[in-house]
Amino acid sequence: MNILEIQNLQVSVMNKPILRGLELRLGAGEIHAIMGPNGSGKSTLANILVGRGDYQITAGTIRYQGEDLIVRSPEERAMAGVFLAFQNPVEIPGVSNARLLKEAFNAHRRYGHLPEMDAMTFRTHLQERAKHLGLSDDWLLRPINVGFSGGEKKRNELLQMLVLEPNLAILDEIDSGLDIDALTDVANGINALRNNLRSMLLITHYPRLLEQVHPDKVHVLIGGKIVMTGGMDLAGRLEEQGYGWLSEVAA
Amino acid sequence: MLDSNAVNSAISQSYKHGFVTAIPSDTIPTGLNEGVIRLISAKKREPEFMLSWRLAAYRHWQGMTEPRWSSVRYPTIDYQNISYYSSPLTNNPDSIDLKDVDPKLLATYEKLGIPLSERLSLAGVAVDAVFDSVSVATTHKKKLAKLGIVFCSMSEAVREHSALVQRFLGSVVPPGDNFFAALNASVFSDGSFCYIPPGVRCPMELSTYFRINAAGTGQFERTLIIADKNSYVSYLEGCTAPQRDRHQLHAAVVELIAMEGAEIKYSTVQNWYPGDAEGNGGIYNFVTKRGECRGDRSRISWTQVETGSAITWKYPSVILRGEGSVGRFHSVALTNNHQQADTGTKMIHIGHNTRSTILSKGISAGFGHNAYRGLVKVLAAARGARNHSQCDSLLLGNTCSAHTYPYIEVKNKSSKVEHEATTSRISEEQLFYCQQRGLSREQAVSLIVNGFCQEVLRELPMEFSVEARKLLEVNLEGSVG
Repeated sequence: MNILEIQNLQVSVMNKPILRGLELRLGAGEIHAIMGPNGSGKSTLANILVGRGDYQITAGTIRYQGEDLIVRSPEERAMAGVFLAFQNPVEIPGVSNARLLKEAFNAHRRYGHLPEMDAMTFRTHLQERAKHLGLSDDWLLRPINVGFSGGEKKRNELLQMLVLEPNLAILDEIDSGLDIDALTDVANGINALRNNLRSMLLITHYPRLLEQVHPDKVHVLIGGKIVMTGGMDLAGRLEEQGYGWLSEVAA
Repeated sequence: MLDSNAVNSAISQSYKHGFVTAIPSDTIPTGLNEGVIRLISAKKREPEFMLSWRLAAYRHWQGMTEPRWSSVRYPTIDYQNISYYSSPLTNNPDSIDLKDVDPKLLATYEKLGIPLSERLSLAGVAVDAVFDSVSVATTHKKKLAKLGIVFCSMSEAVREHSALVQRFLGSVVPPGDNFFAALNASVFSDGSFCYIPPGVRCPMELSTYFRINAAGTGQFERTLIIADKNSYVSYLEGCTAPQRDRHQLHAAVVELIAMEGAEIKYSTVQNWYPGDAEGNGGIYNFVTKRGECRGDRSRISWTQVETGSAITWKYPSVILRGEGSVGRFHSVALTNNHQQADTGTKMIHIGHNTRSTILSKGISAGFGHNAYRGLVKVLAAARGARNHSQCDSLLLGNTCSAHTYPYIEVKNKSSKVEHEATTSRISEEQLFYCQQRGLSREQAVSLIVNGFCQEVLRELPMEFSVEARKLLEVNLEGSVG
């Protein structure tokens, strides 16, 4: 069964159509990349999947694990295992990473009818994962994203993903603004989370990350539709030739 | 920014302490005159000095007018339409023996989560409970008495420790200090009294729980805490009242005196009934709280979490008279629905090298109106005085308001006074971020508000800190859509 199945999805923002009949199928354990020029609808797709307001779905269906996703609230989607690594994670002064993650983690546990994890056990659970990403313990006590560099914010998103262990992770430009070393760290983080049940959508402009992650499929999104699907060779061609040659296909 | 849809206009706040205890009470008829004051004094079998003190205060009050300078708005109070004394009938006001207390009354405190029987009470917390106008039980008295600590109801102190009372009562808040303090001095019914002898560190938290039960009554409690040389005490105060559709007046006075090298920590979790979503009913909480660092190197800190009351109007202050004395004020004030708060502090620097810190966190939601008003006054003699003030406001939605009125008067060039203020709003991005991690919008608001207040909540003793967090959560219910 597909983890995610999107059919004929049409979405508008303030009556302006952004997605125009998008089709996508993502199998369990698969990683798909979505590439495309600015304004093609990549971030709209990410936001729609996690239930962000300010968008009108005018047609189409989204099924997650075989069930309608559109009717669910953002927090229900999160608890059911849909995770978004935000392109620009917001700062929350006064609330530590550890605090948010503990609340979120236990919300997930309650949703899955599992007992909540006590503070001490959770701390160990969290520290193990932070260590995996090379993050120190005092990082966990810093307020969420406050004063973080671009790279630190991205790592923080990955840490949250490691802790919450989603079934479907959408990574919205997780590679933007990263230097080569940070990019490798992020790629390692993604690879570490990879297993045959967890699916991921990587939204990106650049093939650099894909070279280290090796997605199963690469989709090109232009004008609110997927105009071409291929493998890593397609990503390579886009790097060399840009999107211009595809405009005929899109038209 | 939260759009208007996101903030639910039909705010439904649930007040968990709104029950009424059906208990026969001795409530005197409404109205205020010298006869009423004599009656109160007689009921409490007070010594003559106390009655004269009350009557002098009353005569002073008659010549005073109600202040109108604050930013809070309320209809005129008819002082003749309030009953100034109510006591649970079956209880002997002198009694501190729990066997004599009406079981219903004990059940009331159990319901509030305040076990009065010493066997059950939290280790390390001694409790005095004030029900309407009288103190009904003080726990752990014997243990404290061994150390020479006096912790009892004010009524008892007036009779049993009258020398201390006569020496200190009104020495920080004089009977004619202000309109409400004068009213309190005339009719105060009970409250807590505490004296820590020299060199004694009080081994447990002392605490008083105030509850207004009877309808149409006012509560006018008076608390006096004296920490003698090099002693230490931490004191907690909690308050609740039933849900009633008429406003009720609560005009308390609290006086703290710290002698040389002594330290007093005073914490309040105020959860009087705030009124309903339309602003009907609720307590008018008009309180005068002031401490004096009378001796050198003495310290007084006020920590308050104000979540209840229709109107909160109070400025817990410190007079820094002793050389090197320290005053601190930490405050969280939450206003939701139609609640109003005008609160802050006064730090009066008199002694050399006195220091004060002010940290105020105001949260406004619904149609709440929240004002910080504070005075930092450095007198000419206060060489080397220092103050740091930080006032932060957090807004939820766009129908509430926050104001900051800092007053700074400095008459000494060697002093240093700093003031910082910020105003922020919980953003839609922040809420969504938390939702995407699995929290509901309400959980997200509560998480962010707790984070905003944490520097203040940290100052509270553990048991109170947990209670304060819960109260913030309950009082924020329905503030986001």
